[in-house]
Amino acid sequence: MKKLYPLFLFVILLSLFSVGSVAAQDGGGTGVSDDEVNLIAHELFCPVCENTPLDVCETQACKQWRELIRLKLSEGWTEKEIKQYFVDNYGARVLAEPPAEGFYLLVYFVPPIVILAGLFILFRAFRQWKKNDKDQVDIQIAEANSTSSSDTNDEYIARLEEEMRKRD
Amino acid sequence: MTENTPENTAPERGMPLWAQITIWSVLIALLVVIFMGLQRAQEGHVQTGAETGEFDFTMPLFEGYEYEGLQEISLVELRGKVVVLNFWASWCVTCKDEAVELEEAWRHYQPDGEVIFIGVDYVDTEPEARGYLKQYDITYPNGPDMGTKISQAFRIQGVPETYFLDRNGVVQHVQLGPFQSTAQILAVVESLLAE
Repeated sequence: MKKLYPLFLFVILLSLFSVGSVAAQDGGGTGVSDDEVNLIAHELFCPVCENTPLDVCETQACKQWRELIRLKLSEGWTEKEIKQYFVDNYGARVLAEPPAEGFYLLVYFVPPIVILAGLFILFRAFRQWKKNDKDQVDIQIAEANSTSSSDTNDEYIARLEEEMRKRD
Repeated sequence: MTENTPENTAPERGMPLWAQITIWSVLIALLVVIFMGLQRAQEGHVQTGAETGEFDFTMPLFEGYEYEGLQEISLVELRGKVVVLNFWASWCVTCKDEAVELEEAWRHYQPDGEVIFIGVDYVDTEPEARGYLKQYDITYPNGPDMGTKISQAFRIQGVPETYFLDRNGVVQHVQLGPFQSTAQILAVVESLLAE
């Protein structure tokens, strides 16, 4: 059995080398892994497949874009340079996070403004409802007081008239 | 004794005028932006009769696909010629169905110089685009749609799409999808040359 150990060792080493060669081929021989490509692709959107991040898009156009990222990475381009290349070629709309300039400023300003305006409107509405409830209660109390006072007066007048009649 | 009636409470201060004006201005501006976006989305592609003078473009050309030795082509400088503007991409399957027909038509008109074919490569990658042009032996001027400005100006809905412009730069025919034959392309061009 011990004679077989070197053979086992040889087989294990061979299998390790085979795994190594598969890993090296990952990325089309450029030495750039899918994870590295997807890290950048995740922050890009292809205009052909709107609302689908490039890293999970399966169309031919997106596959080509990912391969282009891989090529640029293998050529030593930085993430910033690659993104700029895509913006230059396909426009700023490919960025998941649009630049804070020009028309794209709306993306940054409009949602907070709308949320703040909504909160303000809600706050005012609640305050108004609360005030209306209080006013309603006040009116009811006032009406009740008025009715009760009127009843008392009526009773008093009736008794007064009764007394007057008796005297007559 | 004072009764606690609404008339006796202090009047509530309303929102300041400047705030009201600001809120209404922002709301109206937002509605205008949304309306314009929706209207543009509803418009569809540029229709026949549209004058391209409103959105003339200059497009860089791929190396080996220059026009009269120039590295870029300007639509406004092509007035007087019939222009066949074809939007394509290497990833587009149906573009391949018409690639041969377009090249055939181009070679038919090239000697006279009255008609110019221009390929606009939409949202493509250059290595694959070059491979496509080589594969189908395309020789007419071709270039990338940098920043997708040209396709946005023509409001294309997809690829392939082909716009036929008369000598005055007016869109006279729009072909959505691939051509079925070379004769189909020739028929449209001939009608424009006859004008």
